[in-house]
Amino acid sequence: MKISPHARRSTVTRNAIGVGLATGVYGISFGALAVTSGFSFAQTQVLSLGLFSGASQFAVVGIFGAGGGAIAAIATSSLLGVRNGLYALSLASVLNLKGIKKIFASQITIDESTAMAIANNDDEEMSRWAFWATGISVFVFWNIATAIGAFGASFVADPKSLGLDAAVGAAFLALLWPRLINKQIRIVGILAGLLAIGLTPLVQPGIPVLACVLIAIFMGLKNASDK
Amino acid sequence: MEARWVAVIASSVIAFILKFSGNVVPARYLEQPKIKSITSLVPIVMLSALVVVQTFAVGQDLVIDARLAGLVFAIILLLIRAPFIVVVFGAAACAALLRYFGLTN
Repeated sequence: MKISPHARRSTVTRNAIGVGLATGVYGISFGALAVTSGFSFAQTQVLSLGLFSGASQFAVVGIFGAGGGAIAAIATSSLLGVRNGLYALSLASVLNLKGIKKIFASQITIDESTAMAIANNDDEEMSRWAFWATGISVFVFWNIATAIGAFGASFVADPKSLGLDAAVGAAFLALLWPRLINKQIRIVGILAGLLAIGLTPLVQPGIPVLACVLIAIFMGLKNASDK
Repeated sequence: MEARWVAVIASSVIAFILKFSGNVVPARYLEQPKIKSITSLVPIVMLSALVVVQTFAVGQDLVIDARLAGLVFAIILLLIRAPFIVVVFGAAACAALLRYFGLTN
């Protein structure tokens, strides 16, 4: 059965709103964790508006929460953000952007919008629609949810009594989990965890996480030369 | 300027430059097998390291406290395919309960 373009477009739109709502809900946890890590309401909201990439945002607040400084936070956030640049690169031919649209599209080039665009890549127009609808939907819901979480957490006197410090590690694990798709990746993940633990007593907070990039470089070069 | 503002603004600007560069840089620079192979592993190592640091570190000290119980509970929730928000707040609730009953720090 052939689905009409109109019907397909509304299905894609509905899915985009669903993805936006789902990710938005975890924006609540980001807002709450940022405020309990000492970020102001304004700083928290600027992260969601400007940085707009979940893992990088959690990294910035997590590193400050653990006693790290600005340099470690910026470096970790940026390394996590490299993949968004690669997403933009792989979508460039489909999106075919001109002028100011390039700027807006760049801001909403994230895991979710890229995944939805690729899921519909049998039809270029639908792929573009999926990208924009998902990106805008996630942006709107993520920012509203951040505000709700940040506002709610500003009434919490002792974040530890609510276990919010335990929530940060769980959030990173939940972001990592779907990426552990094969044995080598799981081993790389375990090695990174061990290196980070080993370095923690030896160097400034924030540096152990950055040092783990060396594992990615080493294994990445090895994989490329094995092919 | 306060360190948190510096981090917020600088990381936002760099994130945008990274996203934007994908739209303007010729593909051949980034599509080399070595670069692709490394960048695909970067999120894995960083997220893994962040998990353990957030669970065991207090500054430069390693400690075992309610956060570890929260993480174990998070793993159980992930194994039964709980959604993100349930995993995050489930881990928090687990740690909060242990502390409330004075079972851990």
